[in-house]
Amino acid sequence: MTLIVENLGCVRQERIIFSDVNFTVKAGQALWVKGRNGTGKSSLLRIIAQLLKPASGQISWQQKDVLDEPVEFLKRFEYIGHLDALKTSMTPRENLSFWAKYRGPNNIEAAIEAFKIEEIADFPVRSLSAGQKKRSNLARLIACPSKIWILDEPISSLDVHFIDLFTDLLRAHLEDGGLALYATHQDLEIDDVQLLNLDEYTGAGS
Amino acid sequence: MSAFYALLKRDLRLAYRQGSAVTLTLAFFIIAVTLFPLGVGPELAVLARIGPGVLWVGALLSCLLTLDRLYQADYEDGTLEQLMKGPLPLELMVLAKVAAHWISSVLPLILIAPVLAITFNIVADGIWVLVLSLLIGSPVLSLIGSIGAALTVAMRRGGVLLSLMILPLYIPVLIFGVAAVEAAISLLAISPHLMLLGGLTLGALVLCPFASAAALRLAVE
Repeated sequence: MTLIVENLGCVRQERIIFSDVNFTVKAGQALWVKGRNGTGKSSLLRIIAQLLKPASGQISWQQKDVLDEPVEFLKRFEYIGHLDALKTSMTPRENLSFWAKYRGPNNIEAAIEAFKIEEIADFPVRSLSAGQKKRSNLARLIACPSKIWILDEPISSLDVHFIDLFTDLLRAHLEDGGLALYATHQDLEIDDVQLLNLDEYTGAGS
Repeated sequence: MSAFYALLKRDLRLAYRQGSAVTLTLAFFIIAVTLFPLGVGPELAVLARIGPGVLWVGALLSCLLTLDRLYQADYEDGTLEQLMKGPLPLELMVLAKVAAHWISSVLPLILIAPVLAITFNIVADGIWVLVLSLLIGSPVLSLIGSIGAALTVAMRRGGVLLSLMILPLYIPVLIFGVAAVEAAISLLAISPHLMLLGGLTLGALVLCPFASAAALRLAVE
């Protein structure tokens, strides 16, 4: 299980965000995407999540070009973006239940337990704090298990205790043969992690 | 299809929980339509003459009130991009959302229309054909509206632009919908008008999901 990115480039509004990005991530490994604001961390993750088209380059998954044949790859990853993707009039349990039915498979109770949201699982999302919303959103990683986790600022709004909890879950995912790509400003202390510093691929941060 | 039903059920649940939008749509429809008898006077023949058109235009304008939120709420909270990479083809996702919009926002208008039709002195045959024409033709309102909603999803206050874009496209369905009711009142054949309405609905059912999906892809990028 290998994800290969070759010569990836991103252009937004005629501005080169980054170019010639290359990396390979295998099962059990993580890629930490680092960089200053505006260097394209979110854009890189969105390109891999098939939400943005790259200006150049190739993304391969199991020797297949995912830009040409995205269907199989789309089933394999879970993407957590900047926004919480939660409906505020529904409870975290209802939100997770929807995603589990929409994407499958269904692992809601384990997700609620893993992210310790039992006590807030049946209150409307609108009544939760930013950190509680973040955990409710991250719980989707367990509720709809997938081999690849693509995480954009997964620990923003989390306190130290829940950052440790999330790091443990990420380690368990990697030990279980999964792979992860994450953009954070903070080191998550993962053993088998590659660093991709986007400051080196663009002039935006300099 | 479980993803389709999951999305349909979620959107209906959200519409029920945020009931104010549906209530406002219904209230707008009732108020807008009942203003006409007050404006044109109590002449029963005049009311019966304008009734079908007023009810169809009222339904059409009421439908517009909720269309701008069809994708916008999902776009703003990040749900839309999650839906787009789900197992459901984007065109089917559009259909699920359009179906939920029709059930939650348009169907209540159709159910209340016979009561309002009575205030316009429309005969019983005309009332049933009005309901039938709305049932057959009104999905076009949600389907065409979904294209406008998708094109304006990333715009703040896109509602006015949405109305300007899609109102002209509603003209055929309005013409045949009103013509069917008028034919029933005049004891003429209604089937040609209803068949044309059905044709418009089927055409929109085939084309609109693709157009909306293409617009959504552009918006998310």
